[in-house]
This record gives sequence, C-alpha cells and structure tokens, in this order.
Amino acid sequence: MGQKNGLLSFALASTLGLSSLSASADIVIGVAGPHTGAYAAFGEQLWKGAEKAADDINKSGGINGEKIALIKADDACEPKQAVAVANRLIDSDNVDLVIGHFCSSSSIPASRIYDEAGVVMITPASTNPKLTEQGLSGVFRICGRDDQQGQVAADYMLNTLKSKKIAVIHDKDTYGQGLADATKFHLNSKGVKEVIYEGLTRGEKDFNALVTKIRYSGADTVYFGGLHSEAGPLLRQMREQGVKADFISGDGIVTDDFLKTAGGVKFAQGTMMTFGADPRQIPDGKEVVNEFKSSGYEPEGYTLYSYAALQTLAAAVKATKGIDSIKISSWLKGNQVPTVLGVKAFDSKGDLKVSDYVMYQWGEDGKYKQISGL
Amino acid sequence: MDFSIFLQQLINGLALGSVYGLIAIGYTMVYGIIGMINFAHGDVYMISAYVTAIVIALLTFFGFESFPLILLATLIFTLLINCTYGWCIERLAYRPLRQSTRLAPLISAIGVSLVLQNYVQLSQGARHQGVPTLFSGTVRIDIAHSFIQVSYTQLLIIIVALTGMLALTWLIHKTRLGRECRATQQDRKMATLLGINTDRVISTVFVIGAAMAALAGTLVTLNYGTFDFYIGFIIGIKAFTAAVLGGIGSLPGAMLGGILLGMSESLFSGLVNTDYKDVFAFSLLVFIMIFRPSGLLGRPAVEKV
Repeated sequence: MGQKNGLLSFALASTLGLSSLSASADIVIGVAGPHTGAYAAFGEQLWKGAEKAADDINKSGGINGEKIALIKADDACEPKQAVAVANRLIDSDNVDLVIGHFCSSSSIPASRIYDEAGVVMITPASTNPKLTEQGLSGVFRICGRDDQQGQVAADYMLNTLKSKKIAVIHDKDTYGQGLADATKFHLNSKGVKEVIYEGLTRGEKDFNALVTKIRYSGADTVYFGGLHSEAGPLLRQMREQGVKADFISGDGIVTDDFLKTAGGVKFAQGTMMTFGADPRQIPDGKEVVNEFKSSGYEPEGYTLYSYAALQTLAAAVKATKGIDSIKISSWLKGNQVPTVLGVKAFDSKGDLKVSDYVMYQWGEDGKYKQISGL
Repeated sequence: MDFSIFLQQLINGLALGSVYGLIAIGYTMVYGIIGMINFAHGDVYMISAYVTAIVIALLTFFGFESFPLILLATLIFTLLINCTYGWCIERLAYRPLRQSTRLAPLISAIGVSLVLQNYVQLSQGARHQGVPTLFSGTVRIDIAHSFIQVSYTQLLIIIVALTGMLALTWLIHKTRLGRECRATQQDRKMATLLGINTDRVISTVFVIGAAMAALAGTLVTLNYGTFDFYIGFIIGIKAFTAAVLGGIGSLPGAMLGGILLGMSESLFSGLVNTDYKDVFAFSLLVFIMIFRPSGLLGRPAVEKV
C-alpha cells in the first residue's frame, strides 16, 4: 500500500511539475505532425525547425518579453489520431497556437477543431487546396498548393521533357490523389490525355502488376502523387521490369529516406520532383542554415518551412500584443512577414500570395538539385 | 487482349501469391490445432525482415560477397531467430491462457502484435529501412512481338515457397512429429490420453509457422528491398484472407488460397483497375464463402457429440 501511495504522489508531483513548467512559459505552441510511424522523418523536420526557431527567439528575449514553449503532438499521419491530438492540444495542453500538421489528410480534420477553439494554425507542409478552401479564418500555410505544384509538373513534362504518353499514379490519400488530380487537370487542359490514371494502396510493397500495365501502355513519363514509402518500391519495380520512363513526383519524396525505399542511388537517380525553390539557397536564411549545419543537422525538406512558420506566428503575436486569433489572422492577412524563406505575405484564404515551385532532380551522388527556375 | 500481358500478370501474381501462401501457413496451422487466430503472425514476419537486413549488413561488413552464401546464412539465421520468437510468444502469451475462454488468447494475440510493433519501432526507429540489391537480373522469354520476364528473385521466391511447402507436407504426413500434430488437431484430449505431449506439439506448430514467415520475410526483403515496422499488418491481413480462402486448417489450402489471392489481385490490377483490386479480391472471398463456407479445401466442421 505504501508503495502505491508513493507512486501516486510521484505521479501527482510530476503532473504538478509539468503544469508549472508550462505556466512559466507564456506562449505555448503545439507542433503537430508524424513524430512516430512511417513518416517520422518528416515529423523530425518539423520539430527541428520549430525547436530552433523557438530557441533563437527565446535567446533574444522572447516575444514581448514572453517565452515560447513547444509541445510535441504526434498524429502519425492518421486522420483519426490527428483529431485526437488536436483535441488534446486544445483541452489539456491549452496551446495558444499550432504549427502543423504535416499530411493534408491530418491537417484538414484537425483545422476544424482549432477553428472551433479559436486557435490559429499554420502548416509548413500540407499542400492540398481543400485545407484553405474550407473558409476557416485562422488557417494558414507557408508552403504552396498542389494545384500550383501540379501545374509546374505538367508544364515541365509537356514543355521540357516533351512527354507524349504520361501515366498518372497516386496513393489514394488526400495529398497524393489531390496532387495527381491537379497534375492531370493541367495536362488535360493542355489537351493531353494521360494513358493510365490509377491508385495504388498505401502500405503495400508489390506494385508489379501496375508496373507491367505501365510497361505495356508504352508510357514515356510516370507522374506519381504520394510519399516516398510507395514511390520508392514503385520506381524500383519499374526499373527492374525494364521500364525506362521518366519518373516525376511531388514534395512527398523530399527526404533521404527516398533513396532507401527505392533501393539506392542506382534506381533513384534521375528522379524528378517539384518542391519550393531550395530554402537553403535563400539568402535570408543563410545564417540559420549555417547554424543548423554546424550543430550537425542538415536542414533538409521542411525544416526551414517549420522555422519560418514559427517566425510568422511570433511576428503576428508581437504585432498584435496578444494571442487573440481574430487579431492575429487579420494582421497576417494584411502584413508582410520577414522569414528565413524571405518575405512572405498571405492572401485572404491563408495561402501564400506567391509560391515558388520548381523542379528538382536526384543525382548520382544521392542528393537532389534544382534543375529549373534557376 | 494481348496474351503476353496476361502471362506476365500471372507470373507477378504467382510470386506475390507464394509469399501470401507462406505466411498463410502460420495462420492455418495454428488455427487447425488450437482453433485460435494468431494475430501476431504478421509481426513475426516483420521481425524476420529486420533480422534479414541486420544479417546482410553484418555479412557485407565482414567482406562476404558471394550471393548464395549470403542467402543461405541469412535464411538459416533468420529461421533460428524467428523460431525463437515463435516459441517464446506461444510460451508467454498463449500457453498460460490455454484453459481460459476462447476470446482471451485472441486478445493477447492482438497485444503481442502491438508489443512487437512498438518494440521494433522504438529499438530500430520508425523510419523506412532498406537493403542494397544483391541479386538482380531477369529471364526474358520472347513471345511474338513482345516479351515476358521473370526476375531471378521472383523465381527464387516461387522455388523456395514450393520447396518449403513440399518439405512441410512431408513433415506433416510422413514423420512422427507430423502424426502427433494431426492427432492433436483431431482430438487434443484423446491425443493427451494416448501419451502425446500436446503442449510440445502446439509449441512446434508455432515454431513451424514462424519458420515459414521467416522464409517469406527474407525473400520479400531481398525482392523489394524496403521495409518498416508496420509491414506485418497489411500482408498479415492478406495472408489471413488467403488462409480462409483455401480453407482454414488446411495446409495445401493455405498455399492455394495464397496463390489464388495473389493472382486475382494481379490480374484484376493489370487488366482492369488497380484502385479496386482489393475490393475484387475480397468480393471473391465473400463469393467463395457463400458457396463453400469452409473454404476451398477446408473440411466442414463436424459437430462433436
């Protein structure tokens, strides 16, 4: 019995300790994304970026004298879990602002919960157009939209690669299919009809049947809307079956894990993808990039987007002198924010006024390089 | 319709189906002997993928390069580790519940599945892992104006699956151990009365199931080269479906069910539409269940009076 009491008081003490910790920090920001699960590589990018930004702001005195505290919220890129963690952030963690989520299929249901609670969210990575088309006032994104991304991919395939027969494949998820649909829409509007339009199943590894179909369709370009976990095996099985078609995807494969899932550089090289102009090349972020690198972390993919998301929120809180969501939203929609990604401005939906998708290519050295828009 | 596409899809389906079949054996044998569905089986398969990658990494680190040697060493080592897992899982999670209600071991099976997934996720990380390609190349056969091809790894999968299956059939039908298994399956109480250590037989069945999952895990890892801690789930569901399709409790049924499922997925995906291949495969299952409730090769359950 004594031991039980001891445990209980320990548990009590630790909760007390936690709450006093968050009480000493005045602005609590939730960082929601896939911190575990198959897409944890992206969750890490979001966390590293936000963590560094919070550190930097706190070191220089915080926002209006108040410190930022971050809370990690794990949605594993599953819509159901996203709703659960969103509720947790609101109800028990009492967050003031949210950075996240990563997958569009998580961001969309979670955004409604934040909206009801009057909490502003800004996603560094969810690109599905529906997110900001819901008419919620406190939803922002600091990345482009899939309809813009699809247009860049479609133009590149038609104008630069001169593709004649294009196969469009997706993973039946909100992000993947949304991106594939956007690309297909732009291809069709230029009068090009895709030879295959099909969805594979997330989590499977054998796409040989689909690859055989691609082989017999004679496609010279394969566009894939989805993440690296399926893009890798699909690409590898294409090459193993001798399909030499160009492989193009979106920002779902912007991670070194793509090389692993594709079975190495041998298969991955030559793969193209659309992504925002390399944030590591933007002069405004040079100092932060160097600090990241000297701490032994390569700020790849969405790391700097997450950093910029926190900077954006901090700027709005500073200007409105509070965390009132209506004030923050309207300030963000009317002002420009300097970030590591350059100066950003939002339109009335919460999208960026200017997005800058360009084409990248994976090289023989296992790194990706910008190949268009230079 | 081009005949070569059809043939190529049959080959794709055969390779995929052999893998389903190998894993389905684990479900079907355990069900046959204790009437319980071992939901942790898919995760035992997942463990073997990790062990395969670790062994390959070690061997290449120490400078071994010959593929047959690596394959053999990996298979043996993975089999050993996986059999240990199978045995321990039975011992820790199922045997203590042997005398309780039928639902209890089912729940503990789900528990073991979660424990294995999380344990691998925490110890190995959640990211996707990969192994380098060790073995490549294809056999091409020209047909008229086109060609069909089988990669060496696909051939290897089909051959190893069939060999494993034959060895297992021999084991069950010709050896003393097999006789004990069959006796336990038919009537456990009677088998005990006749001096068979049924607890040991049940452990053996779990070990055999794990061994087949290890074969599948090694082959699949070599073929697709990528895996994560979650791969056991989807393939486990498919293999379970294959076991039900072939008649749960029947060994040849598991293999037949696996190949049938693989081929129907592959043909539907290749000739009609990939989006709905699972819908088609499961509709097929429902259809077969309506007309043959105990599966293709399953024996109808006899009411024991």
